Amino acid sequence: MEIVHVDTKLRREFGPPALFSDRIEELLLDLHPDPSLAAQFIQKTHRDQAVQACRQMSEHQINTERFQSNSCGLNHVEGGWPKDINPNEMEQTIRFRKKVEKDDGYINSILQLGSVMEHRIKQNNSIDIYQQYFDEEEEVEEIQEPPSAKTINVFRDPNELKRTITGLSWHPDGGRKLAAAYSCLEFQKTSRNTSLDSYIWDIENPNHPEVTLKPASLLVCLDYNPKDSHTLVGGCYNGQIAYWDTRKGSQPVEYSSMEHSHRDPVYKIIWLQSKTGTDAFSASTDGQILWWDVRKLSEPTERLVLDPSREGNLDRALGAISLEFEATMPTKFMVGTEQGLVVSCNRKAKTPAEKIVCTYDGHHGPIYALQRNPFFPKNFLTVGDWTARIWSEDIKESSIMWSKYQMSYLMDACWSPVRPSIFFTVKMDGMLDIWDILFKQSDPTLSLKVCDKPLYSLRVQDNGRLVACGSQSGEATLLEICSGLSTLQKNEKSLVAAMFERETKREKILEARQREIRLKERSRSEQSKDDETGREDDEEDSEQLIAKVESDFYSLVEAEFRRRQRREETPQVRR
Amino acid sequence: MKVDVEGTLKRIESYKGVIGTIVVNAEGIPIRSTLDNSTTVQYAGLLRHLAAMARSSVRDIDPQNDLTVLRIHSKKYEIMVAPENNYLLIVIQNPCE
Repeated sequence: MEIVHVDTKLRREFGPPALFSDRIEELLLDLHPDPSLAAQFIQKTHRDQAVQACRQMSEHQINTERFQSNSCGLNHVEGGWPKDINPNEMEQTIRFRKKVEKDDGYINSILQLGSVMEHRIKQNNSIDIYQQYFDEEEEVEEIQEPPSAKTINVFRDPNELKRTITGLSWHPDGGRKLAAAYSCLEFQKTSRNTSLDSYIWDIENPNHPEVTLKPASLLVCLDYNPKDSHTLVGGCYNGQIAYWDTRKGSQPVEYSSMEHSHRDPVYKIIWLQSKTGTDAFSASTDGQILWWDVRKLSEPTERLVLDPSREGNLDRALGAISLEFEATMPTKFMVGTEQGLVVSCNRKAKTPAEKIVCTYDGHHGPIYALQRNPFFPKNFLTVGDWTARIWSEDIKESSIMWSKYQMSYLMDACWSPVRPSIFFTVKMDGMLDIWDILFKQSDPTLSLKVCDKPLYSLRVQDNGRLVACGSQSGEATLLEICSGLSTLQKNEKSLVAAMFERETKREKILEARQREIRLKERSRSEQSKDDETGREDDEEDSEQLIAKVESDFYSLVEAEFRRRQRREETPQVRR
Repeated sequence: MKVDVEGTLKRIESYKGVIGTIVVNAEGIPIRSTLDNSTTVQYAGLLRHLAAMARSSVRDIDPQNDLTVLRIHSKKYEIMVAPENNYLLIVIQNPCE
């Protein structure tokens, strides 16, 4: 169908008729490019662009649903008897057997098999064909492979709203179970729907936790009883202590009474060595350390207020974040505080004032982890702010060894139970660091990125090979350390002992020097006070000092700034 | 002839280190055993399939070949399984050194 458009116009509105004629061309304008203008333009670099006409495609990844496998055993029952014989009747079975024994085939077979078997038995009896040659020498051969660790399993929080794993504890017998305390330590981040459960996982089964613990409030920390592997004690977010027996179910057997518990979340709870095996002590940021007997949780057996002035004043008390207790030294224990002090205490002191023996000041922030070296109890490891520090009990002024300031906050650390020179740390960027102080002191020997979320807790199993770390999203990752990092090397103990002694001596010398300098200054300032009249001069001196320091600071900053500018200019000039 | 069979089996059972002997027929019924019934049944059930599997593997690789003895050396003792056309002789020995 043709689409016709009709346009009408009156005849008289046409203009004069157009008379067209041919004409020769004439050049009206010829504009040449001006080469002088070319200097103002830069030629663009060639660009190769490939173009293709093809079908649109998209990438899509899928993952199968987790395959749930269940292990079970098989029970073999007697069977295969012909229908007419009842296997339970002795007579029938004996008759059947006698009949078979008379069979020709049976006789031939047995004779054959008998000779074959006799040959093998005699062989076994004469020499051990499976003997291992060169057994002793094999141990000496060590292939120096680079240190490594691999993830074995990841245990995920089964609830929708994920909570942070703030506490981990290995089962004392063989370490086949891992107890994890789930809580949310961020201020007011817990919603009504957050599940309060904490779980005990069997390390072979990451699909489903083995035991669920149901406290009344989120559990911040928990600990397995080293003497009785069925009992656990846990500290809650509301300050109460709860005691579980896994044989009795998920609900706690007993809670501590609200009036006598902590006023702040219980950050750490540890079982004590005692004759009854029922004592534990807990620490919290309200400044109290409470001792409990789990048979009677209505009231703590003992109380200590962490007041550095030793008056027991709760207002001035330091908040406790971590505790340390070594079974070999049952009367002493140490507390790591929010203010960065480590307080060493003696449990058996007569008066509360004497309970606090001494303090170690070293960190700028809360001390998240504190542990004595299992081989050298006089040295302990602390982790807080962005460093990890190793201390000796005798040196109170500063730590004997420390790492450099790391890029992210260190959250937890522990020594390896099998090697005195290895310790593990976890950081807020999800990295697990393994430090070997005999190998390298400035950097970790092995750094692994465990997950993208911050790691909050860490525990090494007693055999030194398995490490569990807990993250903010409720994932507990189980890693296996290579044998090079988990087997005791020759001379390791003596080397580490020598290193600690050397560093301790160095600190002692430095301390002595500091003391000397201070004494000299004091005597000098006393002399100057006697000579001149007074404090005004001292004040002026301090004012002058401040002015001098300021001018020094500014001149340094300007010099650095100028240097940077110069550096930026030079590459341009070079081109 | 029957005495020979008895004698053979008795000789095997009395060797040094031999913990037990079981003779199993093609249906898995233990004809003769020196161990208690439940252990016998368990051994017979588990080892029959294993021996058959071993035999078929050997013959798959080379059809002219055949399985003579299957030795399972474990930490505690050694289990030797010898198949014949219809019967299976299982001997458990503790290699004493």
